[in-house]
Amino acid sequence: MDITYYLYLSAVLFTIGAVGVLVRRNAIVVFMCVELMLNAVNLSLVTFARMNSNLDGQVIAFFVMVVAAAEVVIGLAIIMSIFRSRRSASVDDANLLKY
Amino acid sequence: MTSTTTAAVQYAHATGVFKLTFLLILLPAIGAAVLLLGGKRTNAWGHLLGCAMPIGSFVIAVIEFFALIGRDGGENRQLDQHLFSWVPVAGFHVDANVLLDPLSICFVLLITGVGSLIHIYSIGYMEHDPDRRRFFGQLNLFVAAMLLLVLADNYLVLYVGWEGVGLASYLLIGFWHHKPSAAVAAKKAFLVNRVGDLGLSFAVMLMFTTFGTVAFDGVFNGASSGHARTGTMTAIGLLLLLGACGKSAQAPLQSWLLDAMEGPTPVSALIHAATMVTAGVYLVARSGAIYDVAPHARLLVEIVGGVTLVMGAIIGCAYDDIKKVLAASTMSQIGYMMLAVGFGPGAYAIGILHLLTHGFFKANMFLGAGSVMHGNNDEVNMRRYGGLRHVMPVTFMTFAFGYLAIIGMIPFSGFFSKDKIIEVALDHGGASGWIFGIVAIAGAGMTAFYMTRLMLMTFFGNKRWPRDVHPHESPKVMLVPMAILAAGSLVLGYLLILGGSLQHFLTPSVGPSLEVGAHTISPVVLSIITLAVVAGGVGAAWWIIGRKPVAAEQAPNVRPYAHATRRSLTGDAVNEAVFMRPGQYLTRALVYFDNRGVDGIVNGFAAGVGGTSARIRRVQTGFVRSYALSMLGGALAIGTTVVLLRVGS
Amino acid sequence: MHTGFPWVTVLGVIPLVGVVAIMLLPRAQEAQAKVVALGASLVTMVGSIVMAIAYENDGARFQFTQDYNWIKAFGAHYAVGVDGIALALILMTTVLAPICILASWHDGDRPVVDDEADEDARAGRGPRLFFSLLLATETLVIGVFGALDVFFFYVLFEAMLIPMYFLIGSFGGPRRSYAAVKFLLYSLAGGLLMLVAVIGLFVAASHQLGTGTFDYRALLAAIDSGKLHLSHGEQAALFLGFFIAFAIKAPLWPFHTWLPDAASEAPTGTAVMLVGVLDKVGTFGFLRFCIPLFPWAAREFAPWVMVLCVIGVLYGALVAIGQKDLKRLVAYSSVSHFGFIALGVFAFTTQGGSGATLYMVNHGFSTGALFLVVGFMATRRGSRLVDDFGGVAKVAPWLGAVTLIAGLSALSLPGLSTFVSEFLVLLGTFTTHRWFAVVATFGIVLAAVYVLWMVQRTIHGPVAPAVEGFKDLSLRETWVIAPILAVIVALGVYPKPILDFINPSIEQTNSIVRDHDPVPSVPELSQTNQVDTTLNIDTGIGAPIGSSN
Repeated sequence: MDITYYLYLSAVLFTIGAVGVLVRRNAIVVFMCVELMLNAVNLSLVTFARMNSNLDGQVIAFFVMVVAAAEVVIGLAIIMSIFRSRRSASVDDANLLKY
Repeated sequence: MTSTTTAAVQYAHATGVFKLTFLLILLPAIGAAVLLLGGKRTNAWGHLLGCAMPIGSFVIAVIEFFALIGRDGGENRQLDQHLFSWVPVAGFHVDANVLLDPLSICFVLLITGVGSLIHIYSIGYMEHDPDRRRFFGQLNLFVAAMLLLVLADNYLVLYVGWEGVGLASYLLIGFWHHKPSAAVAAKKAFLVNRVGDLGLSFAVMLMFTTFGTVAFDGVFNGASSGHARTGTMTAIGLLLLLGACGKSAQAPLQSWLLDAMEGPTPVSALIHAATMVTAGVYLVARSGAIYDVAPHARLLVEIVGGVTLVMGAIIGCAYDDIKKVLAASTMSQIGYMMLAVGFGPGAYAIGILHLLTHGFFKANMFLGAGSVMHGNNDEVNMRRYGGLRHVMPVTFMTFAFGYLAIIGMIPFSGFFSKDKIIEVALDHGGASGWIFGIVAIAGAGMTAFYMTRLMLMTFFGNKRWPRDVHPHESPKVMLVPMAILAAGSLVLGYLLILGGSLQHFLTPSVGPSLEVGAHTISPVVLSIITLAVVAGGVGAAWWIIGRKPVAAEQAPNVRPYAHATRRSLTGDAVNEAVFMRPGQYLTRALVYFDNRGVDGIVNGFAAGVGGTSARIRRVQTGFVRSYALSMLGGALAIGTTVVLLRVGS
Repeated sequence: MHTGFPWVTVLGVIPLVGVVAIMLLPRAQEAQAKVVALGASLVTMVGSIVMAIAYENDGARFQFTQDYNWIKAFGAHYAVGVDGIALALILMTTVLAPICILASWHDGDRPVVDDEADEDARAGRGPRLFFSLLLATETLVIGVFGALDVFFFYVLFEAMLIPMYFLIGSFGGPRRSYAAVKFLLYSLAGGLLMLVAVIGLFVAASHQLGTGTFDYRALLAAIDSGKLHLSHGEQAALFLGFFIAFAIKAPLWPFHTWLPDAASEAPTGTAVMLVGVLDKVGTFGFLRFCIPLFPWAAREFAPWVMVLCVIGVLYGALVAIGQKDLKRLVAYSSVSHFGFIALGVFAFTTQGGSGATLYMVNHGFSTGALFLVVGFMATRRGSRLVDDFGGVAKVAPWLGAVTLIAGLSALSLPGLSTFVSEFLVLLGTFTTHRWFAVVATFGIVLAAVYVLWMVQRTIHGPVAPAVEGFKDLSLRETWVIAPILAVIVALGVYPKPILDFINPSIEQTNSIVRDHDPVPSVPELSQTNQVDTTLNIDTGIGAPIGSSN
């Protein structure tokens, strides 16, 4: 099987994630789309590692996973506290930080 | 290029009694410090200390004078005392030194002698003033500064004394500073003097770049060495003259002197008649070596003297304020002195002679005027006087001595000194000699006119006192100094001219008297002519003023020239139109320019940055998804650019 | 590289110790902050006087030096030491500091407010903060004058802004935040230009010397020996970088407009610290960096700088005449005086340089005195406008007297210290740039106008109704103003001690840009007798103006 299919899949996943971030209002969904984009990147990293026959891409993928895990912890906490104070998980409602 | 008439100037080191010279300055300086810093604690005895200090200086001065005479001709009569190094900078060393020589001792005796008498007089004159202590403190300050001026051995220390007397004059003119007129007059005097000081400071700088020193001996020797360009020397001479004009109220910087009469009368007597205003004459006489190689500058000194002589006399004819008449007369008499010192070698001593006699008789008359005011509730308008000779006989007598001296009556002091100046002017030869000679004779006639007018309006004629004024004679503490000065007005001229004594004495400082082959007009004939002109002036005054009662009010409608004369020949109007008004507009325009122009650019720039950022920040909408979109757009743009660049290369 | 007792470090640390002591004070005893600050500044003053006595006039160029590596990566050192110029300025700083603190005795007090919320908002204010900031300023200024490392100097130069920003912004008058921000941004703009020049200097040095260094003495030696040769273009660029920063700090015309705002909004003691002490860093910087490091550019730009100075002298004085606000009047008079100082610096003569340095010291005292008396009057009247006064001398004679003396020192009356320095500046300028000196001298007439007109309208004349209740000087005020006036008189009569240690440093600074001072056109008689040909000496500089006749 041609290895470039993995890259196509990665691109499709990334696009789905990016579109999701742009069009969805629910913070949880946006968050999941971000995760989707990260994992799309992970997929291409692993693919590149395979193509180049070294482990660099795999290592970076692990880093991304760790960062993503940390991000989930903090991000979900923020979303929770916003939801508690505003009774809404819409990202458009949390727009006080402007100008 | 130049004549080297004078031998190299060399000062001897002060020894023995001459080591006391610094005390001359220090004593009144201590007096001033104690009285001005001591506050109310010194009120009780302040005036006594104030008198004791100049008297102490006077005693030292007399001792030193006789010691100086005691040194015979072979010995150096110019004694320099080193006090301390004042401004030591590489290439520019100025020492605080005091130089006692015949010229300075003349001034020291005049300042401390007349000064002491005026201090004593002030005890009575200022008796009821709550600030009498401050008055004495400032008067002592003046004496100290004036002594510093005449005892300096270089131009920079002289400059300190020069501005020091200006400060004292400022303080004393503005002594009653709560009166707006006094405050304004004081400021005006200082400012006009500052303009003159500008000339003096330029002169000092030019001396330094030319000779590398500002000490008298270095400058004079450099000047007479003939190595300096005539143009430079002329410039120095003119700049010194500008300084002299400011301090001595000579045209065109004469305007402050009449206003200076706002000060208490003893101040007018001491500062604005006898001593400070003659500092300009001192400066020119002292700088003789410079003027000797700068004939153009000397001619201008003569012209300034001649013009002011006439101007002062004309102004003196118009005023009804007794002090302003005397002030105008002071201007005129200093014009005589300037004229004399302008004639150069040989005539310096004659200028100094008139300066000394004038110091006595003018101080005498000012004190007399003060006594008249003291008895008339501080009234200065002569139209409110009249017939005072009956109620103030002593004042009248002493004043009459001064009057006779100033108009040059035989054998009063003014006769000897003024006649000498006229004689020198005519002997000067050439057109300028004749012009200045005739001006000087005419001035004598005008002096006689306005002084007679003053005498007639004050002491003779109908009584025009307001009802609530009861003129009375002044206390003895005032009359005794007046009497001493009156005696001086009578005998001083004769004493100083006896056998050419003053001329001989001053030779080491200002050069020998000139031997004149033949007089243009023989002195006896000249004296007769002058006396005739003086008699004419007296007669004219009697004809115009003395015959009929004087009106108690000034006639309002007069011809334009009389109007101009009452406005000091429009000097103030000219100053206002040429300097004050444009100056005010300039400062206002600059303030506007600074706020709107310079600061406007700064604030405009700040406002521009602020405005731009206010617009740009609108991009931050607070919507997460629009941020995400712009991030995506940015990432795509960067990515595309990179790819395109790769493809392109 | 260490010589003598580390006086500079010690003097810099003493006020810092005061800051720590103040910070440790509990809130209940915060009023003690004043006493602690006064004590620390007095100890610093005594220390600096001892340092001045220990300084050897004929000794090494820099004395009491210390040198430690600070940031090895780019050759920054902690290097301090003083030459005569820095010593004179440190002396002035340490003498003025206790006076400023005493003058600010009540400026740091917590405002009495009823509103609980308002007090919370101003919780940071209070004597502890105020006096720590003043002491911190003193430390930084001592450091700036004592720094012998370009980078260290730059850091302190910028750090000085911080306490001053808070002093003006938290404790100043009604428009304090505008003034503080303007001051900060103006100074920062200049500081950034200087940072660029500092980096440029480092790059040039590291290219040519192999290793980059900020060590001032090393740079000076390298330039002197020719090892470090900056091209004309580099010199011009770096010179301008430093020059503009210092010209803003000084301030020279036309970079002056922050000064009237900052000085008039700052509390009195702070204004003295700002104009009297902080601004001297600008003119000091000209002497320390602009001239010795970039001699070609300094020579080349000198005439243009002098044009700015002469404009500043006349412009500052004229605008001062037109001011209605007393503090702004004093601030503009300072613009005029800074013109004189820079004029003397760029004349490159010993008289001009020594005069300018002495002028910096004298100006600190003279303008300080003026700000203080104006502050006294403004506190009593509750207004700074000239028109609100009149007849003060009649009601409060001592207040009138000190105002007059302070004014007279501003117009350089002979016998007061400012005269000596102003005359030296003009003389030094006159020998090289005659017409600049002539035009600048008119400034002394204008100075008389603004001072005496101010005196006439405020302390002379009829007593204004609002002035009638004026109290005369209090004991504290007397102790604030009397020492300054005493110094002004003392230095006017006997400036020799200060001049003696300034002179050698100035000569060394100027020797980099000029071989010797111009010689008089007519040598003294003793020389003339020996060599007759000296008649034709013409330096081209000292040519008599009479030749134009």
